[in-house]
Amino acid sequence: MTDATLSRDRRSGWAHSSRRVLSYCLLTAASLVMLYPLLWMVSSSFKPNDEIFTSVSLLPDKITLDAYVRGWNGLSGGFGRLFFNSLLISVLAVIGNLISCSLAAYAFTRLRFFGRDFWFALMLGTLIMPQHAVLIPQYVLFLKLGWVNTILPLVVPKFLAIDAFFIFLMVQFFRGLPRELDEAAIMDGCGPWRIYFKIILPLSGPVMATAAVFSFIWTWDDFFAPLIYLNDIQNYTVQLGLRSFVDSTAQSDWSALFAMSTLTVFPIFILFIAFQRLLIEGIATTGMKR
Amino acid sequence: MRARGPAGAGFRRQVANYSFLIPWLIGFFALTVGPIATSIYLSFTDYGLMSPPQWIGMENYVRIASDDPRFWTAMNVTFTFVLLSVPLKLAFALAVAVALNKGLRGLAVFRAIFYLPSLLGGTVAIAFMWRQIFSRDGLLNRGLEYLFGYDGPGWVSSPSTALYTLVLLAIWQFGSSMIIFLAGLRQIPQDMYEAASIDGAGRARQFFKITLPLLTPVIFFNAVIQTIDAFKAFTSAFVISGGDGGPIDSTLFYTLYLFQEAFVNLHIGYASALAWVLVVIIAFFTALSFLSARYWVHYDD
Repeated sequence: MTDATLSRDRRSGWAHSSRRVLSYCLLTAASLVMLYPLLWMVSSSFKPNDEIFTSVSLLPDKITLDAYVRGWNGLSGGFGRLFFNSLLISVLAVIGNLISCSLAAYAFTRLRFFGRDFWFALMLGTLIMPQHAVLIPQYVLFLKLGWVNTILPLVVPKFLAIDAFFIFLMVQFFRGLPRELDEAAIMDGCGPWRIYFKIILPLSGPVMATAAVFSFIWTWDDFFAPLIYLNDIQNYTVQLGLRSFVDSTAQSDWSALFAMSTLTVFPIFILFIAFQRLLIEGIATTGMKR
Repeated sequence: MRARGPAGAGFRRQVANYSFLIPWLIGFFALTVGPIATSIYLSFTDYGLMSPPQWIGMENYVRIASDDPRFWTAMNVTFTFVLLSVPLKLAFALAVAVALNKGLRGLAVFRAIFYLPSLLGGTVAIAFMWRQIFSRDGLLNRGLEYLFGYDGPGWVSSPSTALYTLVLLAIWQFGSSMIIFLAGLRQIPQDMYEAASIDGAGRARQFFKITLPLLTPVIFFNAVIQTIDAFKAFTSAFVISGGDGGPIDSTLFYTLYLFQEAFVNLHIGYASALAWVLVVIIAFFTALSFLSARYWVHYDD
């Protein structure tokens, strides 16, 4: 730093630190406004019904878990089944995405074959193509296959690398892995599959973790695909179940609704706490949408 | 290929390498190319799932343009939503990112708090919570009554305000854009600010002459992503309106109308035409932003 800026800093020291305090105050106030709805939802789930709309306080007068019991059993068949469904679909989606997208990304970055750049350009094209162009025929296709009202339409596409975004994410990562490793392995007589399993995958922990977490969260949160493909309440995901619970409970049992709302976002919240860095870095480096 | 063996070995290598792409190729043809072609075809037919599609030429498109008031309502709702939510969301995201970028301690905590809503915001639970906040007896009206003695209307049940609660919900999810802005701000060399302040440039001037121009590529990127996303918004409108885009179609997002036509009324042919109109609109706006970029986006090299 030059002398000029030093003296400048010293002169404006007081103004500087008071501005800093102001920044903290504004940011803290903004954080509270941002978080208040969430905290209200969680705290309402612990309140008895008659207290939710009569007090704006976040702290319940008396904490009760009744709403969780009522909510859990509120939907015919219970919420347990729905949590199992959502978990199953989300885990299968993660597995499907990791396998199929890493294979494609490996082919696009490390292998040579006829038409590779052509396919790669088309893959990038699907990245920006709105889903609406394919939505209806996909539905008709799955209907004709007899897959509607099963989890297959939600899971099988993930094994076919339909989420081009993850291919793109992995392509970016694989490009950063040193090529010397592959070349050495080829010298040793390794084929492409061995290189994929023994070299690429073991080095890809970070990108796989990012893809897995986002894949899980997006599938867990997804509402549209389950809405059109799942009809029976036994097959519902938690998002669909919560929505019918909201519709069926109408105006009566708010705290049970808040309790189930809280439960459906709880897994996401846990993942957020556990993988915060990963999520934020994933967004910062790739500009992911959420 | 570097190692040139006999032709047979090269071919085997090609096949072996192609095999990695098989899942993607199957998905690409069965779930992307095939459906695109099918939906173009279906958009020129009258099809209701029960009987085979009947070719009716341009009729669906003519009806959309000239004889479908709900289409124009949906367009109006969607454009209002996009034009309000995207600029406001980006403005908030940028303002908070700039405030966070001053080397404050606790940056990670604030960043996490501001990001959390965008991670949860698309869920049914949050949409339902939002509905409760802005309902007649909801949290907002309780608060207004408590603070000012004002008895507010039912914000989500009134056609004149329902859409704005959805705009607010979208703005509340500014976190992911903020993170991208923060990453962009980090790229701006600190010595530019030092040089500017030696030259006597104030903070506002620094912001408009250094920060904003150097950040235009990131602003552009965020604007494109958020615009496309806003056109596709569905879940929150569906849950808050109870699935029908009400009250009196005031939250009838284009996607909601499309959903109703395709999966409730089973007007598959007509809905396919509606879907293509949306795709063309999104493509048009994306192309427009890329064309406009050369006039306002500042690239270093």
